[in-house]
Amino acid sequence: MTARIPGDSAKPASRVVRPRASGRPWTFYVLAGFFTLYLIALYGPMISIYILSFQDLKGGLVFPMRGFSLHWFHELFYQTRTGDFSGSFRRSIGLAVLVTVITVVFSFMAGLAFRKRFRGDTFVFYLMIGSLVAPGLVLGIGIGLAFTLLGLQASWYTSALGAQLSWTLPFGVLVMFAVMSRFNNQWEEAARDLGANASQRVRLVVLPILAPGLVAVALFGFTLSYDEFARTLQTAGPLNTLPLEIWSMTLNVTSPSLYSLGTVSTVVSFFIIGLSLGSIVLIQRHRTSSRRAALDVHIGEKQ
Amino acid sequence: MKTGNGDIELAGIVKSYDDGQTYAVNGINLKIPDGAYCCLLGPSGCGKSTILRMIAGHEDPTSGEIVIGGENVVGLAPVERRTAMMFQSYALFPHLSVRDNIAFALRVRGLSRSDRYRKADAMIEKVRLTELRDRLPGQLSGGQQQRVALARAAITEPRVLLLDEPLSALDEHLRIRMRTELRSMQQDLGITFIHVTHTQLEAIALADIVVVMDKGAIRQSGPAREIYSAPRDRYVAEFLGGQNVLSGRIGEINGVRATMNGALFSEVAIPLPAGKRLETGQELDIAIRRDDIELKPLSQKGMLPADSASVEGTVNGIEYQGNFVKVMLQAAGEDEFVAFVPERKFFEENLAIGEKVLAVWQISHTQVMA
Repeated sequence: MTARIPGDSAKPASRVVRPRASGRPWTFYVLAGFFTLYLIALYGPMISIYILSFQDLKGGLVFPMRGFSLHWFHELFYQTRTGDFSGSFRRSIGLAVLVTVITVVFSFMAGLAFRKRFRGDTFVFYLMIGSLVAPGLVLGIGIGLAFTLLGLQASWYTSALGAQLSWTLPFGVLVMFAVMSRFNNQWEEAARDLGANASQRVRLVVLPILAPGLVAVALFGFTLSYDEFARTLQTAGPLNTLPLEIWSMTLNVTSPSLYSLGTVSTVVSFFIIGLSLGSIVLIQRHRTSSRRAALDVHIGEKQ
Repeated sequence: MKTGNGDIELAGIVKSYDDGQTYAVNGINLKIPDGAYCCLLGPSGCGKSTILRMIAGHEDPTSGEIVIGGENVVGLAPVERRTAMMFQSYALFPHLSVRDNIAFALRVRGLSRSDRYRKADAMIEKVRLTELRDRLPGQLSGGQQQRVALARAAITEPRVLLLDEPLSALDEHLRIRMRTELRSMQQDLGITFIHVTHTQLEAIALADIVVVMDKGAIRQSGPAREIYSAPRDRYVAEFLGGQNVLSGRIGEINGVRATMNGALFSEVAIPLPAGKRLETGQELDIAIRRDDIELKPLSQKGMLPADSASVEGTVNGIEYQGNFVKVMLQAAGEDEFVAFVPERKFFEENLAIGEKVLAVWQISHTQVMA
């Protein structure tokens, strides 16, 4: 073949990044170095805070460490002068649980509803996205003002709950859309064909298949709510949630108990994530073990 | 396992969308006897799947009656119709084991665990899946999945089993094996099977009744051999394949024969079909089976037997098929005029591309179409 293909043999080979003796091109080392810097910038400050939260009594807000103790954790839980930690913590958990439950139920139903086109479906969808892109602080102020206007007392379980849902619901529904895109409608139709009624179809087919996705929605809902700040700031009422409490502490607390607060809330986050992933594993293990049990019954019958 | 009368009658079935703007199915009348294997054959979008889903009860016809075993079932749920459907990609429940998939219908009926597993296991043995009973569908091959789907549908003891392109998810080799398995399963169960496909080979290999569809209407229905060898019109002949179709006008009519003239051929003799009146000047399509065509050198033109007809053509393609050779001709104004020449015979004669030949067939082998 004599015809030249443009870009094939015509281009000089020296333009190509050549592997060095070690087998990796120089670009690899540049990118690896860049990535390392990124990791340090991302995790360095956090890890410093976790370490500093174990400062001893004489220690300050910065390195060096002057011995190790759990003093500042103790202070956090039992000293009220550092702020209402345990109260705000309980409120944040309660609020996050409420938000999670509502988000999961609503997202599941929205996911089912949006499988078919219906009148005004695009409008509803954009309405949802709208509340997602609206600046959180402004939205929070708006809700706060509306409550004042109506003469209602703002509180974490009314106005703050609503403000947070404006953020978690669209997120949950979007995650649900991604989950539903892999749901084959023929599964439900097959169940109907085999005689399952509407509630059996949801209980025995739709829910179990979507369960891992719903756990993901729950995790999203919980973590988004647990450290939500902007929307909650003007809507929480007289009692603070944890992120608001941390923020006010940064203004007036100058002891490492601020750091121990960061450590505790991180531990809680990891605990929740572990719980979610653990539940997915449990669901799967339950399925295999119930099959194994069934198998044992069968073998027993044969003997 | 005979479970009641599964004869089906479709009477004036219409399915329209967008308030009558478009028709998926337009006026279907069809009778399928109990225990028959029926294939609905047609290109995608011809309405065959819609008919299947209406018989299954997953869609309702806009008008018309669906009668199964003497009872109009329009508006009834699938279970009440005693139909069962096998879905295109099988739609096995991914979170349930083979056994729980098959036992699903029994579970929703409220059978106890031991009862439904006993019945399911009997069915599992029938489809030879006992070893794989505790696997999830994702761990099965395509052929095994099909058997699970079949067992899951059959356990409801339906009188009609509806199969939506059941073999399309399988590779070529497996398709032929599972085809045989489907047929023997149907004979085992002794129930009516309605099988939707767009593959003509599948349809004629399996079916007692082949229904050829186009644009929401039936073009021809009947036994496989009749559909293949006596197509009613050009569409059926071309869809089923294996035929050369010629279009032309009737020339002279004399007693038992007539002649037909086309744009690029003339004086082709055709038989006068019984019960059909032909007139001079009438437009007509005829079909000649590709394996009925014999290729002869042009020099023999004057020496053909009296009972044969012929057209001239130029060879423009040759494909070796193993047991025969497919010789494509430019002839009689048709894009594709094909002769299936027996393999040994072809290599005795050694035709080459570009050669002019005479395509010859017996007049009595001509199928006169509308």
